[in-house]
Amino acid sequence: MAEVRYAEASRAYPGTPPVVAVDSLELTVADGEFLVLVGPSGSGKTTALRMLAGLEEVTSGHITIGGRDVTHVPPRDRDIAMVFQSYALYPHMTVAQNMGFALKLRGMPKETIAERVTEAARLLDLEKYLDRKPKALSGGQRQRVAMGRAIVREPSVFLMDEPLSNLDAKLRVETRANIAALQSRLGTTTVYVTHDQVEAMTMGHRVAVLKDAVLQQCDTPRTLYERPTNVFVAGFIGSPAMNLYTVPVDEHGARLGDLVVPVRRDAAAGLATVTVGVRPEALCLVGADEDGFKLAVELVEELGADAYVHGRARLADEEQRVVVRVDPRDPPAIGQTVRIGVRDHGEVHLFHPDSGERLHS
Amino acid sequence: MATATPATPVTPAAPAAPGPASRPLRRILGRASWTAGAWLAALVFFFPVLWMVLTAFKQEADAYTTTPHLVFSPTLAQFRAVFHSGIGPYLANSALATVLSTLLVLVLGIPAGYALSIRSVRKWRDALFFFISTKMLPVVAAIVPIYLAVRDIGALDNIGTLIVLYTAMNLPIAVWMLRSFFLEVPVEVLEAARVDGVTLRQEITRVMLPMVAPGIAATALICVIFSWNEFFFALNLTSVRAATMPVFLVGFMTSEGLYWAKLAAAATLACLPVLLAGWIAQKQLVRGLSMGAVK
Repeated sequence: MAEVRYAEASRAYPGTPPVVAVDSLELTVADGEFLVLVGPSGSGKTTALRMLAGLEEVTSGHITIGGRDVTHVPPRDRDIAMVFQSYALYPHMTVAQNMGFALKLRGMPKETIAERVTEAARLLDLEKYLDRKPKALSGGQRQRVAMGRAIVREPSVFLMDEPLSNLDAKLRVETRANIAALQSRLGTTTVYVTHDQVEAMTMGHRVAVLKDAVLQQCDTPRTLYERPTNVFVAGFIGSPAMNLYTVPVDEHGARLGDLVVPVRRDAAAGLATVTVGVRPEALCLVGADEDGFKLAVELVEELGADAYVHGRARLADEEQRVVVRVDPRDPPAIGQTVRIGVRDHGEVHLFHPDSGERLHS
Repeated sequence: MATATPATPVTPAAPAAPGPASRPLRRILGRASWTAGAWLAALVFFFPVLWMVLTAFKQEADAYTTTPHLVFSPTLAQFRAVFHSGIGPYLANSALATVLSTLLVLVLGIPAGYALSIRSVRKWRDALFFFISTKMLPVVAAIVPIYLAVRDIGALDNIGTLIVLYTAMNLPIAVWMLRSFFLEVPVEVLEAARVDGVTLRQEITRVMLPMVAPGIAATALICVIFSWNEFFFALNLTSVRAATMPVFLVGFMTSEGLYWAKLAAAATLACLPVLLAGWIAQKQLVRGLSMGAVK
């Protein structure tokens, strides 16, 4: 168990100009914490994880594990265990040998290895498969073997690189819960990479959002959702995504068509436009006499508990797509024009139109 | 379709005779002709081998009949004669040169292949090209300097010389082959091993090599075949002590007397070890040579 710290850690690939995959990452993962690195492809999340594993060179800055500087320490001396996206099992070894390999390399007595492997196999429901080779296992079983290989090590840190992306949807949801439960039981510091924001939100104690090699925000899922630090995080976290529009602002507020959203004077001081972000659930259908803007309904998604109305509205002289969550018992019909208002002005996010940074604290 | 649909659909049950019936027939004929062609090609290739083996069991007089006799009374006399003419040292020399040079090739080629594929060194393309470029010069062109050098260091007729030369001869091809097999190893598996705690040597011996065993077997067999059959160096650089099987075979060609049957018997014997090696490596080899070394 250990704290992990990236101190201004960068990874640049030589070239003209050099390609920076991770740019001065400053991030601390507390002892026992489950931290998720999330971002679109090319954001540097996997590179950041591989830097921690020692599989990727750190070109500047430092990485420490449990206070020890491991920046230039080879992977085998970092006391970490990693689960790969492809599982990377040893094809020529049985499940038991796969799980015990690291312990064998450390010269552990056979009985201890067998004991630990059996224990992990029991935990992961793999006891029946210990003598099988990986090729005789299903995808879900292979994934569990990869987990088992990490667990038997009893490392200071677990590293997981999109371990669920090769599973089918149902198994993924199941395994997601299992991994989170396992981690909280073992209490091992975990860094988990995914591109799936639902995975990030449901599993992480904290979530670090990366984009273009730069850390955007690192916070609890709830804070990320409620107080995104910039337009990118606002749009990336949440499904369906937040509605984001750049609209004119004056002393009354920001103008979403006919709807005026009050804006604190100091927040938008000196700006002619402002980027407004409203989550689908912060919008609602309103009556003709209430404040709102007109929306032409194009699609209604009924998900059972919720229904989402997709439509087009004229905002700031442009056709914009809008998504609104509505009561699934009474959704509007396709082709209908409805009036949309804001449920609570407190749930409207304001961002700088150029920098995309969050306005008002 | 050759048969047009009749205008009057009176007899729908009647089978449209020629069309559907002729198609399977044509397919069978087509397949048969391919099969026949393949057999013919196989026979053409196999015939010299067959002739060699048959001749080995003939009397010298029978071997020289203008219309080769397929029916004759087989004899082991030629094999006996071959064994009595001192095949032992030649066999031993060949075996020594083949086994040791192949081992050396693997010992040098595996790290080289690794450094040119998995952890590619800088300028690996140039290195790779350099290896293969050494095969572009015909051996005949190099034999005089090689001969002089070997003579000057007093290494003529020395099995060690052949081992070194065979290693040098096979190494470029082996490096190329090994490299292509290593490229098929999923890098993540090796990375997993590094995280699991392997040293560089363990990474190669305990994780990578077991995964590419078929490729290693294929490479080794190619080296064995090339060294075993090598004739030119052996002929020019050895005389008595270090001569190998191909040189032994040539010894049967005399200017007077009959020697075909004896030569055939010796050649048959010379083929056996390679055949045996191929048979032993067969299972691995098919996977290796078809490049599916790692799946």
